[in-house]
Amino acid sequence: MRVSLFVTCLADTLFPDVGRATVTVLERLGCEVDFPAAQTCCGQMHMNTGYARPAGDMVRSYADTFADADAVVLPSGSCTGMLREHGKNVAPGVHLPPTYELSEFLVDVLGVTDVGASFPHSVTYHPTCHSLRLLGVGSRPYRLLEAVKGIDLRELPEAEQCCGFGGTFALKNADTSSAMGNDKINNVVQTGAEVLCTSDSSCMMHLGGFASRRKLGVRSMHLAEILAAQE
Amino acid sequence: MTSGHQIEPVSTGRNSGGRKGLIKKRAGDAGLHPQPGVEFLGMPSFTKAAHIALGDDQLRRNLGRATHTIRDKRKRTVGELDDWQLLRSAAAAIKDRTLAELDRHLEQFEAAATAAGATVHWAADAEEACKISLEIAQTHQATDVIKVKSMATQEIGLNEALAEQGISAWETDLAELIVQLGGDTPSHFLVPAIHRNRDEIRQIFTDKMGEVGRPAPDDLTNEPRRLAEAARLHLREKFLSTKVAFSGANFAIAETGTLVVLESEGNGRMCLTLPDVLVSVVGIEKLLPTFADLEVFMQVLPRSSTAERMNPYTTMWTGVTPGDGPQEMHIILLDNGRTRALADHVGRQALRCIRCSACLNVCPVYERVGGHAYGSVYPGPIGAILNPLLHGVTDEHDAALPFASSLCGACYEACPVKIDIPTVLIEQRAEVVDEKAEHTAPDPEALAMRIAAWTFADHRRLERAQKLAGAVGPATKYVRRLPGMLGGWTQSRDLPSIPKESFHQWWARNRAGETT
Repeated sequence: MRVSLFVTCLADTLFPDVGRATVTVLERLGCEVDFPAAQTCCGQMHMNTGYARPAGDMVRSYADTFADADAVVLPSGSCTGMLREHGKNVAPGVHLPPTYELSEFLVDVLGVTDVGASFPHSVTYHPTCHSLRLLGVGSRPYRLLEAVKGIDLRELPEAEQCCGFGGTFALKNADTSSAMGNDKINNVVQTGAEVLCTSDSSCMMHLGGFASRRKLGVRSMHLAEILAAQE
Repeated sequence: MTSGHQIEPVSTGRNSGGRKGLIKKRAGDAGLHPQPGVEFLGMPSFTKAAHIALGDDQLRRNLGRATHTIRDKRKRTVGELDDWQLLRSAAAAIKDRTLAELDRHLEQFEAAATAAGATVHWAADAEEACKISLEIAQTHQATDVIKVKSMATQEIGLNEALAEQGISAWETDLAELIVQLGGDTPSHFLVPAIHRNRDEIRQIFTDKMGEVGRPAPDDLTNEPRRLAEAARLHLREKFLSTKVAFSGANFAIAETGTLVVLESEGNGRMCLTLPDVLVSVVGIEKLLPTFADLEVFMQVLPRSSTAERMNPYTTMWTGVTPGDGPQEMHIILLDNGRTRALADHVGRQALRCIRCSACLNVCPVYERVGGHAYGSVYPGPIGAILNPLLHGVTDEHDAALPFASSLCGACYEACPVKIDIPTVLIEQRAEVVDEKAEHTAPDPEALAMRIAAWTFADHRRLERAQKLAGAVGPATKYVRRLPGMLGGWTQSRDLPSIPKESFHQWWARNRAGETT
C-alpha cells in the first residue's frame, strides 16, 4: 500500500527520529512510503493562538500537497485532529485526503497490532488529549504497545489528565502549564518506568523538558520509536 | 509552583491572595449588614491571578481533593446509564430548539406565569434587574431578605445593590453562608467554598456568626456534622423572621409558567415557601418549552453536578396558590448579554449551559488555579467562554479568558448539554486577535505569528530556517534558557536543541529521487 507521510513541522524540525521511526514501521509492514517535500505545518499553532486566516492557508496547502494521496499518516494525534476536526472551520469547503494518526492507520487500515517490535524496557504511556478526545483512538496505542516483545507496560495514574502543553498556552500561562506538567511527570515517576511514551511530539517535548530539568532520568519516546525498535 | 518567583502581595482582587487581604481588612467590621462582595473589576488578568493562586499550597490541596472526589463520583453515576450519550444529545437538542425560538417561548412563559398570578418583569441588564428587585424589597419595607443560592443574582450583584440601600441579603446555602461570612467570593457554582477546608470554616463561623445573628456554639469543632448544625441553627432564625426571599431558577417552563429549583439542603424549600414575597431572577436561556422536557434535564443535571441520581430537594411552583406559600411572586427575566451571545453563531451553544459545574470539576486548569482566577461568578471552562460572550472581548480581563485553557477537551467530554467549549475558545481567540489588530500596532506575538506563517507558506523557507537553526544551535542536547516570549518555557522546563539535520534533509539525503 502506498502511504504518504506528513511528518509534522515539530517532528521535522526537533524530532526527526520520530519521522524515521514512522517510516521504519510502515515499511516493515509492507507500505511504500512517500514524503512530499512541499509539506510544512497543519496550522494548529496559528489557529489555537487566534490566527485563523494563516491557519486556513496551511490547511489548504496540506490538502493540495497531499491531494493525490491514498492515505496520509501523521505521527501526531493533535495535528490529525486539527486537520480532520477543525480544518473545515478555518478552511471552509476544503477537501482533505484520507488522514490518519499512526495508531489509527496501523490498527484500522492495516489491521495490525503486532508490528514486529521488541523493546525490553519498562514503559508508561500518556494517551495525549487530542488522540483521546478529538480522535477517540481509545485503546489502539495500548494494543500496539502490548504486542511489543519484551515490553513492561505500566499503568500511568490519572493517565487521561492533560500534560499541560496546549501549544502557546505553555508560554502564555506558563505557571499553570508547568503545574500540570509537573503533576503529570510525578505520576510518571510513580510508575517507576524507564520510558515515558506519548503519541505526540508536542507532549513529548513538554514532558521531556521537565524530566530533563529535574534530572529524573526518565527517557521520553514517541510511540513510533518504540514500535520501530527491534532491540 | 516554580521557584524563583515572589508571590506578590495583593490587596484587592478575587484570588487567594486577595481573599486573605480582605479578611484582614474587614476584621474590624461589626456592622449589621452581610459583607458586600468585592467588585470583579480591577481583577488581575487570568495569568497573573493564576500565578498567585498556584503559590497557595493550601488552596491547591483543597481544590485537588475536592475536584477529584466529585470527578470520580460523577464518572460512576453517569456510567450507570446506558443511554447517557443519547441523553446528552437530547438535552442539547431541546436547548437548541428552545434558543432558536426564544422570543416565542419567552412570551408564552410570560403569559402563563401572569395567568397563574405572578408578575413578570423584563430586565435588559444587571442595573435594571437590581432596580426592579430593590423596588420590590422597598415596597415591603424589607430590611433583610433571604436568598436561595442563585448564579443570576450573583451575576447582577444583587446583594451589593441591596446593601447600598441598607437592605441585608442573607445567603442560606451552607457553602454560600461560609463564603458570605468569610467576606469572600464563590469559586465554584456548586461548591462555592470549594477553596475552604474544615478548619477554615470553623474559624469563620466562630469569628463571624455572632456579628450577624445567632453565634456559633462555643465548643464548635471542625466535624462536618457540628459545622452543619451551627449553620442550621443560625439560619433557622433568618428563615422564620424574613418576609422577602430571592431565588433564581434552574428551569422555567414556557407552557405552564412554572419555575424549578433543584437543591440539596432544604434551605431552598424554606426560602421558596416560608416568606410572603418571592422574587426570582431568571436568565432568559433557562426556558424549556414543555414540562415533558424536564424529564431529560432531571436525569442529566443531578448526575453532572452533585453526582447524584436525584437531588434531595426539587421545588416547582407556578404562580401564587391562595393560602399556601408566598402570596406575591415576581419573576425578573434577565438578558444581561444573553441576546449578544445568542447572535454569535458558534458561541450561542454556551446558552445551553445548565450550570452543573461538571466542566469545572474535570478541568485541569481550574483544578490548579481555582475559581477566583477567572474573576467572574462564572469560572472554569464555561466561564472562560461565557464571560466573553456576555461582555465581548474589549476588556483586558475578558480577553485573557479564552486563552486560559490547554484545549484538552475534558470539559466538552463531560458537558451534559454537549457544549463544544474548545471550539468556542478557539473562535474567541481569533476574535481577541482581530480586536487587538484593529486597535493596536502588531505586538511581538503578532509579528512572530506572521513570520511563522511566512515560513510555513513555502517548504523551502522552512528548510532554510531549519538548516540555519541547526547550524547555530547549541551542541548540548537541551536548551536551558530562552530569551523573550520563549522564556516562559524555560522557566520550568528544558527544550530539546534543534538537531543538525531535519527530517526533510534526511529524506532528501537518503531517499532522493523517491519523493515527489
